[in-house]
Amino acid sequence: MKALKYGLPLLVFLLLAGFLAVGLTHDPREVPSPFIDKPAPAFRLEQLHDAATSFKPEDMKGKVWLLNVWASWCVSCRIEHPLLVDMSKKQLVPIVGLNYKDKRNEGMQWLARFGNPYSLSAFDVDGRVGIDYGVYGVPETFVIDKQGVIRYKQIGPITPEALEKTLLPLIRRLSA
Amino acid sequence: MKALTTALMLFAAGLAFGQADELARPDPQVEQRLKSLAEELRCLVCQNQTIADSNAPLALDLRNQIRQQVAEGKTDAQIRDFLVERYGDFVLYRPPLKASTLLLWIGPFVLVAVGAVVFAAVIRRRPAADAPAAAARPRAEIEALLEKREAGPPARPTSGGRPSGKR
Repeated sequence: MKALKYGLPLLVFLLLAGFLAVGLTHDPREVPSPFIDKPAPAFRLEQLHDAATSFKPEDMKGKVWLLNVWASWCVSCRIEHPLLVDMSKKQLVPIVGLNYKDKRNEGMQWLARFGNPYSLSAFDVDGRVGIDYGVYGVPETFVIDKQGVIRYKQIGPITPEALEKTLLPLIRRLSA
Repeated sequence: MKALTTALMLFAAGLAFGQADELARPDPQVEQRLKSLAEELRCLVCQNQTIADSNAPLALDLRNQIRQQVAEGKTDAQIRDFLVERYGDFVLYRPPLKASTLLLWIGPFVLVAVGAVVFAAVIRRRPAADAPAAAARPRAEIEALLEKREAGPPARPTSGGRPSGKR
């Protein structure tokens, strides 16, 4: 009886502490994306640098590629930008930009200033394509495989750690 | 009077959305549908606000998206599905009952049940713990004590001349 009297509260405490400890390792900002392992939604948008030419995800069929959502007004995009520039220099993977709710000239100036890692940027002026991709914070990065299926979504800036531990191994595996 | 009430309600609705510049001439019917829908939807940017309340640019875009779909004659379920497809169950303040949300739905009831069991156990144990003190005395002894009391207390020597409380 005594064991129960002292053991039970201890057990409840440990259980609660366990749940809270696990909870601490989760980021509430990272909402699991329903797009994982689903085909990337189709769209057709003007290119940022060339309004006359359009881009659609089917153009990338047969390649593993990244779709990186960015904007000139987005402060945390500047954090990940050097990483993207570095990746593009190493030609690890084609990176397509989705210029989200931006002004054309501001977007182009931003790339001129910080470097342009994108093979091209699609110009999503009203954010409609962003909604179709479930974008709720910029930057976001989608890893899309050769069949055009979304395999991973990075929410927030790509960190060197996320790049080394998650993105690059995944890209290597998908490219193989 | 009726016109005044309607005007007040429209004004209140405008305040509730807090964005007078959102639409130049809102259609009250569309706005009503939007309101009832958006109050059940979570804004992804400021997660503790509804899409109806939030001033985040994404919430504004989503409100306009809902307006457009309402105008196109989509049902509430279709509009909700549209958002769930893109943002997951997380947008719903009332998530559907399925394997991954089972704990969320039945968890509180399980906790209440556990609480009730613990409460019942404590309540049941208490009289059992107090009872032996009374039960240990044999009935005969208790009756003897009671009889003695009815017979009156034994006479005591009284101090002083005053009669003390005796009949």
